[in-house]
Amino acid sequence: MSNIPKHLKYTKTHEWVETQPDGTVKVGITDHAQDLLGDVVYVELPKPGRKTKAGEACAVVESVKAASDIYSPLAGEVVETNGALTDQPELVNKDAYGSAWMLRLKPANPAELNSLLDAEGYESFIASEAH
Amino acid sequence: MGHRTPLYNEHLAAGAKIVDFAGWDMPIHYGSQIEEHHQVRRAAGMFDVSHMTIVDLRGAETRAFLKHLIANNVDKLKPRQALYTCMLNEQGGVIDDLIVYFMQEDWFRIVVNAATRAKDLAWINQRVGAYKVSVTEQPELAMIAVQGPQARERVYEVLDAKLREQAAQLKPFYATCEGEVFIGRTGYTGEDGFELLLPGKDAVQLWRALLEKGVKPIGLGARDTLRLEAGMNLYGTDMDETITPLECGLEWTVAWEPAARNFIGRAALEKQKAQGAQRKLVGLVLNEKGVLRNHLKVIVDGVGAGAGEGEVTSGGFSPTLSKAIALARVPAATGAQCAVEIRGKLVPATVVKPPFVRNGKSLV
Repeated sequence: MSNIPKHLKYTKTHEWVETQPDGTVKVGITDHAQDLLGDVVYVELPKPGRKTKAGEACAVVESVKAASDIYSPLAGEVVETNGALTDQPELVNKDAYGSAWMLRLKPANPAELNSLLDAEGYESFIASEAH
Repeated sequence: MGHRTPLYNEHLAAGAKIVDFAGWDMPIHYGSQIEEHHQVRRAAGMFDVSHMTIVDLRGAETRAFLKHLIANNVDKLKPRQALYTCMLNEQGGVIDDLIVYFMQEDWFRIVVNAATRAKDLAWINQRVGAYKVSVTEQPELAMIAVQGPQARERVYEVLDAKLREQAAQLKPFYATCEGEVFIGRTGYTGEDGFELLLPGKDAVQLWRALLEKGVKPIGLGARDTLRLEAGMNLYGTDMDETITPLECGLEWTVAWEPAARNFIGRAALEKQKAQGAQRKLVGLVLNEKGVLRNHLKVIVDGVGAGAGEGEVTSGGFSPTLSKAIALARVPAATGAQCAVEIRGKLVPATVVKPPFVRNGKSLV
């Protein structure tokens, strides 16, 4: 059973989104996603300042198995990326919802957050995907 | 549901993630592929490779038949010695790579790939023709590879006295057989160790005994990164029927002498050798962070327009080196440097001679 924290929002492409007090959002990949990927060996992150559209590929996670695109959950601007992942990509396997956050995004339209899945919605989505 | 080896339930009990491999339900890993990789480089791990195809060739003309069938020469072998070789078609393309064990004058055992089982057996049976040789697959045999610097010690602990004594005398690439158990000091990891072939009904007992001695189960994922670090080719990715041994780094397995030995594919290979092969297989080490993947384009400067392209045949992340490594087929004139196109970006790579790792030590 995957770990799906209640306070986060989710995408159907297995990213999680956490709203910060300053209105920016942190983005990472879910526990379910890291389990599917296997051991992560490299994370390629965008440069701060990059403008993204919702659903646009903006980072790449490479595991022992394959390279996978990470999609921006919202339109916005990348304001910070997690440099720790450059030297410790394995954090994605160990702490997907914590120290393995990938980027911080300033949403262009905060209302877009409402279109994301909640924990329950994401749980039923991955259950349906398994069939 | 695919074919299952006698150890299938042991894999489930050990938490394996099961995938389809050539029609078999096999463990890809048991949690962490990288930890399994290190386990083999640093201590001892075991692989269920019972899906591989074991074929016994028996009869008075077995030696003569093998001298025709395969590109390496069984005349090099002392009794109970093993040989790595390619089996070629008339065009010199590789039908499969295999290990042949010379057990007795009228008994040679070969182990071929699971994915090529049907075509290999068809080819061998077609080519055996008038040779007085029986070709018998041994599907009831299980095969467990125990590999790593501590592998042999762990195996001795679970063998009975007679078998242990015989196993302890095996030099690398030799095998012995006692009763229903066959032990070869061979493997596919670049580490020391044994491959044990035994009746499927006895496999679970051996597996559990090794587990008790601290030998950890290793999945096919780590098997692939271990063999890649060891610079060992994988059939179907590094070579196939359109590739000759000269184009996949395996010329060392072609026995040109004696010139009179007419093995299948010889004429085509001689012609290619005389003209010079256009492509060669090399090792690549990526200088920057990233991962090399199968089929990535390799760009080689200074070897002529249009000719300056190659391809990664086996790429991956090397846990031992903490770098991306690959086997790649490149133009024959390729020098010490090239670039690999990763997501539209050219990333510099160093060209090296495989292996990358042997017996736990980096060679690059």
